[in-house]
Amino acid sequence: MIYFDNSATTKPYPEALDTFLKVAQNYYANPSSIHRLGSQSEELLKRSRQQAANLLQVSDKEIIFTSGGSEGNNLAIKGIANYFKDRGKHIITTEIEHASSYLACKQLEKEGYEVTYLPVDSEGKISFEQLKQSLRKDTILVTLIHVNNEVGSIQPISEVADLLKDKPTTLLHVDHVQGVGKVPLDLSQGKIDLCTISGHKFHGPKGTGLLYIRHGVNLSPLFAGGSQEQGRRAGTENLPGITAMVKALRMTLEFKKTHFSELKRHKEKLIQGLSTIEGITIHTPKNGSAPHIINISIKGLKAEVLVHALEEKEVYVSTKSACSSKDQQASRILLAMGVSDSDAKQAIRLSLSYQTTAEEVDQFLKILKTQVADLRQVMRS
Amino acid sequence: MEPIYLDHAATTPIHPKVLEEMIRAYETTPGNPSSIHRFGRDARKLIERSRDLVAKDLGTESKQIVFTSGGTEADNMAIIGTAFSRKDKGKHIITTKIEHHAVLKTCEYLETLGFEVDYLNVNEHGVISMEDLKNALRDDTILVSIMYGNNEVGSIQPIRDIANLLESHQAVFHTDAVQAYGSIDIDVQDTPIDLLSMTAHKINGPKGIGFLYIRKGVQLDVYQHGGEQERKRRAGTQNVPGIVGLAKAVLLSKEDLAPRTEKYMHFRQCLLDIFDESGIEYKVNGDPKYFLPHILNVYFPGANVETLLTKLDLAGVAVSSGSACTAGSIEPSHVLSAMFGKNADESRHSIRISFGRDLSLEQVKEAGQMIVKSVRDLVKN
Ligand SMILES: Cc1ncc(COP(=O)(O)O)c(C=O)c1O
Ligand SMILES: Cc1ncc(COP(=O)(O)O)c(C=O)c1O
Repeated sequence: MIYFDNSATTKPYPEALDTFLKVAQNYYANPSSIHRLGSQSEELLKRSRQQAANLLQVSDKEIIFTSGGSEGNNLAIKGIANYFKDRGKHIITTEIEHASSYLACKQLEKEGYEVTYLPVDSEGKISFEQLKQSLRKDTILVTLIHVNNEVGSIQPISEVADLLKDKPTTLLHVDHVQGVGKVPLDLSQGKIDLCTISGHKFHGPKGTGLLYIRHGVNLSPLFAGGSQEQGRRAGTENLPGITAMVKALRMTLEFKKTHFSELKRHKEKLIQGLSTIEGITIHTPKNGSAPHIINISIKGLKAEVLVHALEEKEVYVSTKSACSSKDQQASRILLAMGVSDSDAKQAIRLSLSYQTTAEEVDQFLKILKTQVADLRQVMRS
Repeated sequence: MEPIYLDHAATTPIHPKVLEEMIRAYETTPGNPSSIHRFGRDARKLIERSRDLVAKDLGTESKQIVFTSGGTEADNMAIIGTAFSRKDKGKHIITTKIEHHAVLKTCEYLETLGFEVDYLNVNEHGVISMEDLKNALRDDTILVSIMYGNNEVGSIQPIRDIANLLESHQAVFHTDAVQAYGSIDIDVQDTPIDLLSMTAHKINGPKGIGFLYIRKGVQLDVYQHGGEQERKRRAGTQNVPGIVGLAKAVLLSKEDLAPRTEKYMHFRQCLLDIFDESGIEYKVNGDPKYFLPHILNVYFPGANVETLLTKLDLAGVAVSSGSACTAGSIEPSHVLSAMFGKNADESRHSIRISFGRDLSLEQVKEAGQMIVKSVRDLVKN
């Protein structure tokens, strides 16, 4: 079995599950309860927040636990838009955001905001110059996906952060969901104002995530209710989920230290092997892309057909982003990169993790080549 | 000594069978339900089976259930979603003074956006009057949100009467059933409720998962945008193990509802007998006839609640003064204030005792003796 769909979701680390289990069993009380059991839960919550903050090199007061990446993106974008609507109503983003940011922006347009969607080049990157030119006095937010979930392209976040450093009225939010542990993002300098991550993308539990909100940045909450999470995110905290996510974050960052070059080698080897397939287009840019995502089209082979052909051999990959994979339309991301509609409809995504082995890479290439040959055979006959 | 936990209205320990199923889901079904391959299909099957179970329990169809990250999110989704989708039909909302903050603060937020909210009074039993509701109802009322059972005093509202009354009115009827769910029998087939929220962690399920029941034909504005999960009503990768755990908790609570109710009624009587025998002065807050069996709120004249809670905590008895989300700071309870008037003695001298599945009669009796002893100490001084 080869699971190359780690950008859709990952299998939780056994250690993270262990944490989940232990906390669920031993810390069941509500952190808001004032009795001893409640205080113990509150203490553990505080410790987890501190650990998350240390791992991200920020302060614990800057961490808000959420139910995932979609909530984080919605909270950041709508929360800032709503809070600063009197200051301005202009937002800058890209055409290749994840649906949760993209549609949050679309919604804001309906509410009277003006959104600039920056185009990307054939490598899936925005132009820094164009972003600069799009900035206006009333731009309240720039929201950028760090690592694109379909093609792995990386946006020049640190340059944008430097640019915006002198513009305190324009905040910067980064969707770092796919970047965690794979492509570094420096939050320690305080130039990034908000940053979303999601637990299930790095072997933590589903339904967990966090939003980094730089000290001093205000936003309107998405939910009203109790005063949990500094009044920014009401609702009883999912303590087992939070502790397991933080555990997974720590492990992923450790894997990054020990396994990063291996992961890069896997990707390079895959690209090399893939390049020899007749009629293949590799949409992921050669340089400056994330180490775990490869997006390809193979001429004449429909994406779904190929995905299922691979599945027969217990190889799991995906067509574009999982949460919109049920519709048959071509990927919005690839179209934005200038890929033709027919090529975009044939795109599949391979996504690796630090668990990926060299054997899996070899196996994968072998199986893919056989399946492609078989499919072509069938089509010719 | 392991404290005697009498704070199940704040949250409950996870049931071992729930945890077991969740861990199995984590280990064997790690896929993203939106993925088109086997991992996705398996995960999808799991959540759809869970949805079927939940729907059946509630007397509805599966597609009327939308999973959320908990009760707060479900309440917000119901109230904000209705208000925004029906703002052309009117801007008047009716709720009560004794709602959980997830409802109250959301209504207050809507007031800042130009909606008009009436907060119905309750009588000294914590129950609204149908007359008041009828009088408050206007042609431009778009939403009535009235909780099923109160989380502090356990009083149950005349939900069926309200639902029937609103059948012939344009207003959507939402009920926060977070405390009532699993504590009493709820069926939306014979009670025409439009929207109903619940959370799993109050019924020995996991934290961070809940659902909103949306009656067929009722439209809500989406407030968390992104992927097409949950029939486009709530974006975000579903928390598969959480959903599985929720469904298991629902099943378990259905199974033992009758014996559990009997058990809690017995606990309640035992405590009251102990109080009676001791001769301490006390009064039960809440409705004498229609109440949630797991909640017992008692007024001890002369016993300062803060000191009482501390004493009990030291003695190993975990109870609370009110809703956990506000308990961090002991403010006078808004529920008791609504029942007895602002600054009423009850609002500063009452504790909430709430029962759970694992409690034994011995523990309850022991706690009862502790309460008597602590109250005596306090009243004497
Ligand atoms: C880049 C990106 N942002 C946001 C999300 C949404 O995260 P979640 O599934 O936790 O809601 C995803 C994944 O689905 C993603 O890949
Ligand atoms: C009546 C009521 N409504 C809503 C909630 C909020 O639920 P959750 O903590 O799952 O967000 C609670 C409990 O905290 C409650 O008791």
